[in-house]
Amino acid sequence: MDLENQNRVKALTEEHGAENIVVIFGAAEAESAGLAAETVTAGDPTFAGSLAGVELGLSVYHAVEPAFKDAVDFDVFDEQVGMMEMVLDVEEIESEMTNIRNEFCKYL
Amino acid sequence: MNNAVIKAAGYILVHTQDMIMHNGTTQTVEKRVNPDSEYLKAVPNHLRSYEEVINYAPNQVYIGNMTPEALGQMEKPWVGQDVPNASRYGKFGEIMPQEDFIMMIKNADVFDLVMLEENFVAQYLEAYKSHELITEEEINRIGKGQKLEDIQTAVAAHGEAIYHNNQLVGCVKKAHDVDPNLNAHVMFENLVVKASGVLAFKHLIAKNNINVEDIDYVIECSEEACGDMNQRGGGNFAKAIAEAVGAVNATGSDLRGFCAAPTHALISAASLVKAGTYKNVVIVAGGATAKLGMNGKDHVKKEMPIIEDVLGGFAVLVSANDGVNPVIRTEYVGRHTVGTGSSPQAVIQALITMPLDLAGLKITDIDKYSVEMQNPDITKPAGAGDVPEANYKMIAALGVKRGEMERSDLKEFGEKHGMQGWAPTQGHIPSGVPYLGFAIDDMTTGSVNRAMIVGKGSLFLGRMTNLFDGVSVILERNPGKVQESGSISKEEVNKMIAEAMRDFAKHLLAE
Repeated sequence: MDLENQNRVKALTEEHGAENIVVIFGAAEAESAGLAAETVTAGDPTFAGSLAGVELGLSVYHAVEPAFKDAVDFDVFDEQVGMMEMVLDVEEIESEMTNIRNEFCKYL
Repeated sequence: MNNAVIKAAGYILVHTQDMIMHNGTTQTVEKRVNPDSEYLKAVPNHLRSYEEVINYAPNQVYIGNMTPEALGQMEKPWVGQDVPNASRYGKFGEIMPQEDFIMMIKNADVFDLVMLEENFVAQYLEAYKSHELITEEEINRIGKGQKLEDIQTAVAAHGEAIYHNNQLVGCVKKAHDVDPNLNAHVMFENLVVKASGVLAFKHLIAKNNINVEDIDYVIECSEEACGDMNQRGGGNFAKAIAEAVGAVNATGSDLRGFCAAPTHALISAASLVKAGTYKNVVIVAGGATAKLGMNGKDHVKKEMPIIEDVLGGFAVLVSANDGVNPVIRTEYVGRHTVGTGSSPQAVIQALITMPLDLAGLKITDIDKYSVEMQNPDITKPAGAGDVPEANYKMIAALGVKRGEMERSDLKEFGEKHGMQGWAPTQGHIPSGVPYLGFAIDDMTTGSVNRAMIVGKGSLFLGRMTNLFDGVSVILERNPGKVQESGSISKEEVNKMIAEAMRDFAKHLLAE
């Protein structure tokens, strides 16, 4: 995950409290979405950024997951995400994100 | 008005095995933050030889020795498979070895900043002399080289070291005592851009029987900036490259837009030519050492060689309509505007369907889409997927949403209207433009009638805006009719008649 984004997630979490933060990912691949989700839950696996060794345990979802889709306005979702939902491997992404949530999320 | 054409293209790669470790930011950052890392220890065992780089299919496609179609027939991954009859030189350019390129960096320097070690010069000058595009004047300017101790002293005084086969063989000195924009590191990166741009330009000229003195204007579209502390990106790589290749009748300017810059440059060049401002405009870009080994950690983790081991460069000549070469339809341009929004859907609509709607075409009316033609061998192991394939899926999905295609056609859209990616992940290098060389053949003697060149750029990396960017343009087979200047086209006459009829009808209705 981009080092600057790690700083921003860390700063926002300190400001609002980890239990109040949900991180929505848009990465096109399950693997890269999983790595980013791991960064904001278990800490930066590459040990390069400010979240190295920091277990924020934030709630994480991908924008194509049903849990997110059902929580937002259908028309907006269709306009913003509908095309990518058709393109991405939603099942693989959902499975990857579910694993991360089960393993590392502290506020579900 | 006559549209401009893509007249010719040159493409080069430079194998820079030592620059991966010493100049690629993934490695230089690692050296700073984690100097004893296992990754840094592993890098030397994951470097490819020059022969392996030559024999690598995507590289042979980049210089025009293999077609994208032939690459598409090969099993993936391509890494580890040697291409038969691979060669250093190709139809569009060459894959230069590092030792020759270090000499070119010396030739690119006009401020006496580059020092080369005498034994290095003695060992490799003969081979450099035999390069058909290197002039006698350039050979003479290499000189005899300097003593190793002098180079070591210069490196100690904040010089940027140049290595070849793990030996210190030269350095770039800082160009100012305190100016950070003229420090040795920046000067090195800028000289690399200039030298690789020069090489691509030289191939463009030599391989296409172009009189370099006919070039009126040069647009340079890489991702570096040259200038001093009072004007960080003042410029001008374009004119420096034009000077180095002997384009004495040209001036030029630098155009920036991250990876989207080459397509912006193509549209600008075509517009300048169409307007009659210039007859021959070259768009050119050199390569970025910073991006060498960018995904090296993932490649090493997956037991692969570090295949981001080449710099890329290209030069494309855009000229007045010759009635033969592919026409750049600057009337049909897609652009991601400030108001477009950043969702992939909004981006694809702006870049793909905006020009199609202007032209009254459907998604399937474009025979070839040239998007971000990044080599999937590089991006897939790094978790970034197959970038061209993802783009084709998005274009196809948009086609389904527009009711122009069936959902069942999603899968084969990429095979029909797309290509496998073959370009190195050098930012601007893979973005839309790698196909221009092939487009000339495909749209003159081949079967492609329409192509779309799409460039995208991640502006947010510069921290000035959160926006993304992109532009696109349609190319068409030349109908073979060249309109004489001063005359008006049939389309223009039709438009004028239609407007007159509309006015007349309005007038009648008003009465």
